[in-house]
Amino acid sequence: MILFREVTRAFDRSTPAVRDVSFHVRKGEFAFLSGPSGAGKTTILKLAHMQLMPTRGEVRVSRYSSARIRRRELPELRRRVGFVFQDFRLLEGLTAAENIAFALECTGTPRAKIEPRVGRLLGQVGLAARARSFPRELSGGEQQRVAIARALATEPLVLLADEPTGNLDERATAGVFELFRRINASGTSVMMATHDAELIRRHPDIRVIELEEGALVFDSREDGAAEPGAHGDRL
Amino acid sequence: MRSVREAAQGIRRAPLLSGLSITAIGLSLFIVGLFALTAHNIDEALAGVESRVEVVAFLREGTGEELAGIARAEIEGFPEVAEVRYVSKVEALYEASRELTEFSDVFSDLEVNPLPASLELAFRDGYRTPEDVERVAERLRGYDFVEEVRYGREWVDRVFALRRVAAGGALVLGGAFALGAILLIGIAVRMAILARSREIAIMQTVGATDAYIRRPFLIEGLVTGIAGGLLALGLTRLAYEIVTRSLLAMSWLPDIWIVGGILFAALLGMAAASRAVRREIRRIQAG
Repeated sequence: MILFREVTRAFDRSTPAVRDVSFHVRKGEFAFLSGPSGAGKTTILKLAHMQLMPTRGEVRVSRYSSARIRRRELPELRRRVGFVFQDFRLLEGLTAAENIAFALECTGTPRAKIEPRVGRLLGQVGLAARARSFPRELSGGEQQRVAIARALATEPLVLLADEPTGNLDERATAGVFELFRRINASGTSVMMATHDAELIRRHPDIRVIELEEGALVFDSREDGAAEPGAHGDRL
Repeated sequence: MRSVREAAQGIRRAPLLSGLSITAIGLSLFIVGLFALTAHNIDEALAGVESRVEVVAFLREGTGEELAGIARAEIEGFPEVAEVRYVSKVEALYEASRELTEFSDVFSDLEVNPLPASLELAFRDGYRTPEDVERVAERLRGYDFVEEVRYGREWVDRVFALRRVAAGGALVLGGAFALGAILLIGIAVRMAILARSREIAIMQTVGATDAYIRRPFLIEGLVTGIAGGLLALGLTRLAYEIVTRSLLAMSWLPDIWIVGGILFAALLGMAAASRAVRREIRRIQAG
């Protein structure tokens, strides 16, 4: 599903943001991408979303390869790969329902199908009652749920999340994380960047790919049994 | 529908800049319009006199009528030539004495007719440019029995030169204003994009195509262009009315020129917007 093969991404001549990283996240798998700030987590997610292209190596997502993809194929890929940001990135002037409808509208969903699908998505993230609320009227956790519903609007195969609980309190974090687990249980692969050691420790069944200074330093699946305590302490 | 709504929002968001863009396009095309009006009226005047312009080939003394007849038939086969009239020495004398009545005594006292026979050529429509006339004259000079070829085209050449100056002036001045218009539209579109960069980034994230993202901005450029074109048309019409009422009667521009001008303005607006949006969208993506 997501394959990184000896991927390096440099922004200038200094130390590359990501160097020589290889891993494979399979269909339906859930993986944490962990490491301190500046370790290269966001760069990995942007590479998987092909917002960035590798300087060396290859990124493959579903049937798309960074080595061969054309610019006009990128929208197709993006519809298959949802993206959730730490700061939600909702449009302030639109309601929760409109923010989700916006994603459907700009990806060419027929008008008649938009409303029922928005209703379903809001139900899926537990916000059916807040459809008409504007982002400023919603809590952080609720805003992130709207953002997740928007990312799910195009029925992606993979969901990438960049510190989605970074701005949330403990309770909201638990709720949003549960939502990700449910989405994953329905067959969508999830790759979530986080530096929340506690979150990782609480879910030892989830694979951990750990980065440090752009290099992959630990992969719980490749290393056999996960040892969340051991690497969790280093976070 | 969304594209149109957002294009209107873009114009409303920066009305001063949109107004400036429209004025710049309007002024650039107004200048082109003034020159077009001049060129069109020169054309009309030329068409009137051109149809009367003839080329006359004077024949050498002693050229027989038979030879002249053969040449006449041959010259009538030239693509540029509509008609050839043979004027014999006698006819020439007769016409001269009739047209120049004050010299009629001189003509009647002549013992030897000094006037040469000639071939008078009329030209087909669309073959009356200085180049056409010169080419035919050159061929006529090739005949042994042609003594001299005359045509009163020198002044027509000058009018044509004037027309070229008008066209050149329109191109240079109009072009300079058009460049200014392109830059202004570029700034207006860039501002509209900046105001919506968050939205555009989300569109790119969820998988909207570049064409979908660009569309409202292209419509904004198109509307600006058309508005500028209409402004230019209004200003040109105003100038036409003023000149016609106070100086001399002119003829108004042909419809096809007007439609062409507005289409050009629309394309100009869209091209300027397209250039700006392409660069900005890539910048947002790179950020």
